[in-house]
Amino acid sequence: MKERKGGLLLKLIGSISRRILLASVVGVGVLTSAGVAAAESIKVAAIYTLPVEQQWISRIHKALNTAAERGDIEYVFSENVANTDYERVMREYAEQGMQLIVGEVFGLERAARKVAGDYPETAFLMGSSFGPVAPNFSVFDNWIHEPSYLSGMAAGAATETNVIGMVGGYAIPEVNRLMHAFMGGAREVNPDVKFIVNFIDSWYDPPKAKESAFAMMDAGADIMYAERFGVSDAAVERGIKAVGNVIDTSGDYPGTILASALWHMEATIDKAVANVAGGTFDAADYGQYSFMAYGGGSLVLDESLVATNVVDAIRAKEADIMAGMFRVNVNDDRPVSDN
Amino acid sequence: MMDILQILLSESFWAASLRIATPLIFGVLGALLCEKSGVLNLGIEGIFVAGAMAGWMAVWLGAGLWGGVIVAALVGAFFGLIHAILTVPLGLSQHVSGLGVTMFATSVSYFVYRTALPNVSSPPRIEPFQVLDIPILSELPFLGPVLFQQTGLTWLAIFMVGSVWYVMNRTPLGVAIQAVGDNPDSVDAQGLSVYGLRIGAVVAGSALMALGGAFLTMSAFDAFFFGMVNGRGWVCIALVIFASWRPGKAFLGALLFGAFDAFQVRLQTEVGALVPGQVFLMAPYILSIIALVVAARSADYPRALLTPWFKGQR
Repeated sequence: MKERKGGLLLKLIGSISRRILLASVVGVGVLTSAGVAAAESIKVAAIYTLPVEQQWISRIHKALNTAAERGDIEYVFSENVANTDYERVMREYAEQGMQLIVGEVFGLERAARKVAGDYPETAFLMGSSFGPVAPNFSVFDNWIHEPSYLSGMAAGAATETNVIGMVGGYAIPEVNRLMHAFMGGAREVNPDVKFIVNFIDSWYDPPKAKESAFAMMDAGADIMYAERFGVSDAAVERGIKAVGNVIDTSGDYPGTILASALWHMEATIDKAVANVAGGTFDAADYGQYSFMAYGGGSLVLDESLVATNVVDAIRAKEADIMAGMFRVNVNDDRPVSDN
Repeated sequence: MMDILQILLSESFWAASLRIATPLIFGVLGALLCEKSGVLNLGIEGIFVAGAMAGWMAVWLGAGLWGGVIVAALVGAFFGLIHAILTVPLGLSQHVSGLGVTMFATSVSYFVYRTALPNVSSPPRIEPFQVLDIPILSELPFLGPVLFQQTGLTWLAIFMVGSVWYVMNRTPLGVAIQAVGDNPDSVDAQGLSVYGLRIGAVVAGSALMALGGAFLTMSAFDAFFFGMVNGRGWVCIALVIFASWRPGKAFLGALLFGAFDAFQVRLQTEVGALVPGQVFLMAPYILSIIALVVAARSADYPRALLTPWFKGQR
């Protein structure tokens, strides 16, 4: 008797929590799709493995929201979707008749391509380490190695101990590439600079990132490459400078951020939406739309923290990149500390 | 070799160890209280999340830092009560109920967060606990930077170690809790309420666990984010066995884990080029498993752990 009573109660609680979860999904959907009603707009769904506050995702979310405000698209999204659940959500959106599905498949590259193959009428634009697959699976990524190189120049010139600390999330190509570009820029202006590189194997664990940063400062680093949340906080606490990545955090850490390499997803999204609207979407690599020349990447410098001659050198290099006179090397290998 | 010695002897290393250990100290003490009364609480990971969210949100809404700590504890106690009702009077599987509480608490926390903040670009920040710089004590060589340049919550954690030890070993209440985890029938024969003691211990223990989560968002960092608890609760479940359910050893176990973690980041900066980074990240867990294997052989399990007790039934 006791067994059964308890079983029921547990079931009840299970169903309540499921209902709350459902309500939350519906709630988020309603919030984001409100106010979009243009007749010609493209139906776009995004699937994120982390919440929309995460740096990388926030850039995609922002670009899609901008497009929705213009009336180009109807935008819905699911956030915090586990990689193991990702295929199901992809299929659900495809079955619902979404015309364009945006997301990230770093954790399910092969499976995501298989899903796309099952829905040839749906356009897929996915953040990926690998290439596009015909007819409908396109890829993009935050190819902001150019501004990363420039931010590296600011860091290389600013370090006095000649030690720069870098705390990364996971050592995957997109992270490694930007780190190498940053290191290249720093080495160009300061050949003696040494790097300490750590990965915390998490996209969001600020206390851990902070401890990693403190350890690097103990080892002599006086400039921090803030790939993750938490690193700039550590820099503020110890009164040293940091370099930002993907988003501009200078407002949160005044007087600390020398420079940031920003990613702008608008160019990529607008191109893809235009292609879907025009019926010309096919499998392509949209990576180039994150390049500076397309407005997909940019550098923001705090000129009050960077010496004038360094600012000039960076601006000159920036002009070279824009003019196609300088190409930043792409290196996807895991960076390691100099010893 | 010299480098390693240098790391181990540096003040900043031990200060970092204590910082990393603080949430674990709260968590292990909480788990210890629950298990001493005979109830395994696998809700810990979710209670960490709920505490992290609730404490931070209370401060963000203007409750003040210590107000946030109290809110976090109350929220933890609430989830503890759910677990206690399911497992003590209803006698359900403690594993299933605990995991259910973890999922429930995690989802509810995210739900509340997203409902309150549907459209933020980055999580709002609060003014977190600052390092307490005690004038003379913080000047002490070695001990100063390690012990006396920590935040109020770290001190609270250390204070709780002493308090839990005192209650468990020097008060009738503590004796009763230990007895209910070893032999509930004898407690019942004394005319004490087995249900009351167990529910009380689980509720109090869960409140402590929530403080571990609150430390993450109110001291170690200044904002809440999904997934930031990152398995810290589960570590406590292992550490409590390592500690053999003793508060003093619980403190040492948490500090040991913190030291492993602080050591691996420093080692990674020293010799990161030689070995894949994942080896370092694994290190604290592997070392904990080894420590656990060694310690568990002589672990003094509460004898009625995981065994439900029903009134009038032998």
